[in-house]
Amino acid sequence: HLQDPPEHVDAPAEFSFPPTFSVSEIKNKQRRHLMFMKLKQEKRKQKVAIKKKKKKERDALGDKAPPKEVPKTIENQRVYDETTVNPEDEEVAFDEGTDEFSAYFNRLTNPKVLITTSDRPRGRTVRFCNQLATVIPDAHVYYRRGLALKKVIPQCIARGFTYLMVINEDRKVPNGMVLCHLPDGPTAHFKVSSVRLRKEMKRRGKDPTEHSPEVILNNFTTRLGHSMGRLFAALFPHDPQFVGRQVATFHNQRDFIFFRFHRYIFKNEKRVGIQELGPRFTLKLRSLQKGTFDSKFGEYEWVLKRHENDVCRRRFNL
Amino acid sequence: MADKSQVCSVWVGSETGILKGVSLSKKQAFNFCEMSCLSRDQEVCVLGWGDEHETEVLVGSVNGTVKTFSTEKGIFTETRQCGESTQGRFTGIAVTDSALITCVETGLLRVWKEGSTDTVEINAGTNVCRMRQNPSQRNQVATGGKENGLKVWDLERPETPIFTSKNVRNDWLDMRVPEWVRDMSFIPDSDKIVTCTGHHQVRVYDPASPQRRPVLEAHFGEYPLTALSLPANQDSVVVGNTHGELAILDLRKGLVRGCLKGLAGGVRGLQCHPSLPLVATCGLDRFLRVHSLEDRSLQHKVYLKSRLNCVLLSSKDLELSSSAVTGDVEEVKEEGGEVDEVWDTMEMINDQAKKRATDEEEAIVTGVEKTMKKRKVVK
Repeated sequence: HLQDPPEHVDAPAEFSFPPTFSVSEIKNKQRRHLMFMKLKQEKRKQKVAIKKKKKKERDALGDKAPPKEVPKTIENQRVYDETTVNPEDEEVAFDEGTDEFSAYFNRLTNPKVLITTSDRPRGRTVRFCNQLATVIPDAHVYYRRGLALKKVIPQCIARGFTYLMVINEDRKVPNGMVLCHLPDGPTAHFKVSSVRLRKEMKRRGKDPTEHSPEVILNNFTTRLGHSMGRLFAALFPHDPQFVGRQVATFHNQRDFIFFRFHRYIFKNEKRVGIQELGPRFTLKLRSLQKGTFDSKFGEYEWVLKRHENDVCRRRFNL
Repeated sequence: MADKSQVCSVWVGSETGILKGVSLSKKQAFNFCEMSCLSRDQEVCVLGWGDEHETEVLVGSVNGTVKTFSTEKGIFTETRQCGESTQGRFTGIAVTDSALITCVETGLLRVWKEGSTDTVEINAGTNVCRMRQNPSQRNQVATGGKENGLKVWDLERPETPIFTSKNVRNDWLDMRVPEWVRDMSFIPDSDKIVTCTGHHQVRVYDPASPQRRPVLEAHFGEYPLTALSLPANQDSVVVGNTHGELAILDLRKGLVRGCLKGLAGGVRGLQCHPSLPLVATCGLDRFLRVHSLEDRSLQHKVYLKSRLNCVLLSSKDLELSSSAVTGDVEEVKEEGGEVDEVWDTMEMINDQAKKRATDEEEAIVTGVEKTMKKRKVVK
C-alpha cells in the first residue's frame, strides 16, 4: 500500500516497547512510596558516580584540566538592560546634575527626615520607627494623628524638612513605606518585608551612637537604580564620621533592596570584624512618582506592573 | 548633521532641552543640541511642524523661546522670544499662513505675525493645559484646562470663542462634576472635538449640534488621562494616562477596544501616524515606543536617556528603505516559481490524478503538500 517516504517520518526512530510505567501510576500509597524512595536512591547513586568519574578525570589530567565551570545563577543570566548607566555619559550626567537631588549633592542642604506611620500604629511599627530614627541622623518621629499627607507636606517644607518617610502598617506589622523628597522631589512607594528589630538580632552590639554612618549602595546599575541610589544617599549627611565606625548598606539584588546597619572594626589591615546593630528590612520599589505625594493625580515615572515583569525571570529594573 | 536629520522620522523633545531625532529604519537616535549650553530652562514643552512639507520643527521651551530647527540642514535656524517663563509653560504651538500661534498656561493665546511685533491676543481663561489647531481649518484653535472647559476660537474673531462647552449635569449626589481638560483633538471630516480629562473621561463635543454638553462620554482607568490621538482611518481614539496605560477606545459606543502594553511611566506625548496604523508614545520612563494599532504589538522601543515631553511624527513612511521594497518583489517571484513547478508535474499525470491534483491546487502551495501530491501520483 502506501509507503511512507523517508522525509515524512515524524515519529521517533526508536521507541521503547513495552512503554515503561511511572511511579505515580501505582495506586497503593505504601508501595508507591517505596518505589519512589528506590527511584530517588538510584538517581542519587548515579549522580555520585558521575561526580566521582569527573573528579577522577580531573585529577588524571592534573594541570591540563579545563577550568571549573561557573554555575549559572539568575544574576549571571541577567538580561542586559539598555538603561544601564554608562559612567561617561554626558547626558545622564547633566540630567543627574540638575535633578531634584542636585541641591543635596551640591551641598546646599542638609538632610532632615520626618518619620511617621499610618494612623494608629501598633507596638512593632512604633519600635521600628524609633530604631530607624536612631539609625538616620537628624530624624524626628511624629505621631500621625490621622492627618492627610497632602496637608502635612507644606508644613514640613516650611519647617525645613528634606524627607518625609511614612511607614505603613497592616495587621500590626510594617509593610509599606512612602519616601517623599521634600521640596518637589520624587516620591517612592516601597513594599517593606522581613523587618527584624534590634532585640531579634543575634550577636548584636550595643546601640548605635549619634555619629553619621557611612553609606554603601550596591548594584544600582540602571537609570532607575541610579535614581533610587541617590534617593537613599540623600537621607544621610554628606560627611560620614569615621570615628563612629558605623555603616548603613543598601544592597540591591534582583530588584529587592536589603538594608543592613553594622559597626565595623579593623583587626588588622586585611581583616574586619562586623557587628550587626539596628533594624534590618527589605524593600521592593512599587512606584516612583514625580513630584510630592499625590497618588491620584501625580505623574508616575515608573510603576511596577507585576504581570509584565513575570514574562522574563532574568530581567530586572533596578 | 544634515544627513542625520534627513533620515529621522520621529522627533522627541526632552526635559533636558535636547531635541532628539529617531530614525526607525536605521534604528538610531540622534541628539540635536549643543552639549555645552544645556540648561533646565530650555526644557522642551511643545513641538510642532513649522510648515506643511514638514521641513521645519518648532521647539517651544520653558524660558519662552521658540526655536526653529530645519530637518534638511540639521541645525537650529531661528530663535524667537515669545513670552517669558513667568507667564507659564507653552501648552500649544501652531502655524497658519506665516503666523505663529502660541498658548501658555496662564491662558494667553498669541498670534505672532511675521515682520510685525504686535500680536493678536486672546485670553483663554486660566490654567490652560492644551491648545490644538484644527488641521482642516487652520484658523480655528481649541483650548482647555483645569476648571476651564473646552473653547474653540476663531483667530479672525478673537473676542469670543465660537464654541464654549458646558459642564455635564450634576452627578447622582447633585454635586458639580469637576472638569479638567488635558488634551483634545479635532476629528477630521466633521466638526466634532474629542477631549480627554484628568478625571479619566473621554468626551466628544459637537459644535454643530444645539447641545453644548458632550455628545459622548467614556471612562477609562482610574488615573488622569494625559494624552490623546486619533488614528488614521477608524472612529477610535488612543489615550494614555499617568500610569503608563495606553488604550484604544471606540468612539461609536465609548468602549475600550484594547490596551497597549509596555509603558512603565506616565505618558507625556502620543501621536498616531497620519496614514499607517502606528502610534508613537513617549513618557517619563525615558523610552520612545512605537506600537502597531492592528495587533497592538510593540514594533520599536528606543531608550533616550532623558525624560521625554513631546513627540512629533513625520508623515513619511517610517520604515521606508530601498532594500525592504526589493525583498518583497523577490518573494513574489519565488512563489510564482513554485506554482510553475507544480503545474509542470501535473501535466505528466493521467486524468484521475489530475482531477484530484486540481482540487488540491486550490490549497496553499507549500513544500509538504508538494510531496503529498507526489505520493498520490506514485499510487
